[in-house]
Amino acid sequence: MSTATLTIAPAGTWSLDPVHSRVDFEVSYLAGTFKGEFHEVGAELTVDGERASLEGTAKVASVDVKDENLSAHLQSPDFFDAERHPELRFATEDIRLHGDGKVSVNGELTIRGVTKPVQVTGTVTPPIVDYMGNDRIGLNLTTSVDRTEFGVDWNQPIPSGDPALANDVTILAELQFVKPGGETS
Amino acid sequence: MTRILGISGSLRRDSHNTTLLRAAAEAAGPDIELELYDGLKEIPPYDEDDDVHPRPASVAGLASAIADADAVLFATPEYNASIPGQLKNAIDWVSRPVATNVLRNKPVAVVGASTGAFGAVWAQAELRKVLAALGARVVDLELPVPHAHTRIDEGGLTDDEIRAGLADAVEALASEARQRERVKVVA
Repeated sequence: MSTATLTIAPAGTWSLDPVHSRVDFEVSYLAGTFKGEFHEVGAELTVDGERASLEGTAKVASVDVKDENLSAHLQSPDFFDAERHPELRFATEDIRLHGDGKVSVNGELTIRGVTKPVQVTGTVTPPIVDYMGNDRIGLNLTTSVDRTEFGVDWNQPIPSGDPALANDVTILAELQFVKPGGETS
Repeated sequence: MTRILGISGSLRRDSHNTTLLRAAAEAAGPDIELELYDGLKEIPPYDEDDDVHPRPASVAGLASAIADADAVLFATPEYNASIPGQLKNAIDWVSRPVATNVLRNKPVAVVGASTGAFGAVWAQAELRKVLAALGARVVDLELPVPHAHTRIDEGGLTDDEIRAGLADAVEALASEARQRERVKVVA
């Protein structure tokens, strides 16, 4: 496997296109997988030579899980505690692009005010020029975390005594970044 | 000044739990005001057909008392290993609608007295669970007062250890309320 660090995108500051981006989470719950989305997300990708850094946020208040009462519970002190910790944050200065288009990222994820190192994997879509003549790349990232390490430890046993909600949560970010110009075309 | 509303789950005139709240009010620091809610008996049984605007006056009164307080201290007896029905019923009223209820993010703490050997620990645990489920900021403490009839007489609470525990509980609750105020100011 190649470990050479290539340039993930042309140098410059890339802004998130929030409409065509999404941040979701998935966690095993009861007999299936429970999924939710954070609607309000922000991110900025900075590429300087071979170094690329990424900072992103998701507003806890924007969590969408199809039921307003459940959404309220997720925002309460039982889960994300949106009043005290209104944002999830992710930051990295270590994005590695491998020869096969896959990326690996060592970053720091902050949930409920607790920051932990996380390993993220994903893919990058090479730059294209969009309708407006702007450069555009796609970055799909995935990581898995133990929510209890961040203090998100709510649970409820089912009749068997097993917990209803798993601890391991997958976080998926499908991001499109835009940079004015079109130099890469 | 931190304003704490005290809600006793017992309706009885000489209730041990109401006495606990009075003792808590006396033990509270000078910058804390603990006021007892006394309308629990007037809360009607929850019926969604009655949950319309305007709500029953007793329910509206409880909701506004909670909304106006910086924090709520519950003192609950234990009926058949759980929360007294009338207290649960009152919480059910003010929990609606769940997404915007007055207890959401409200710092709350639970203490409890019983004449038995365990001091209403199960009722306290169940009440904490209910309050957390509807979005309250539940302070992680427990104050069981077992054999309450031996620690309370006509003059009030006679047990200094329990009195100190109440003072600690009130201070922990007030501390959460002050922290919430700081968060609001920053935001």
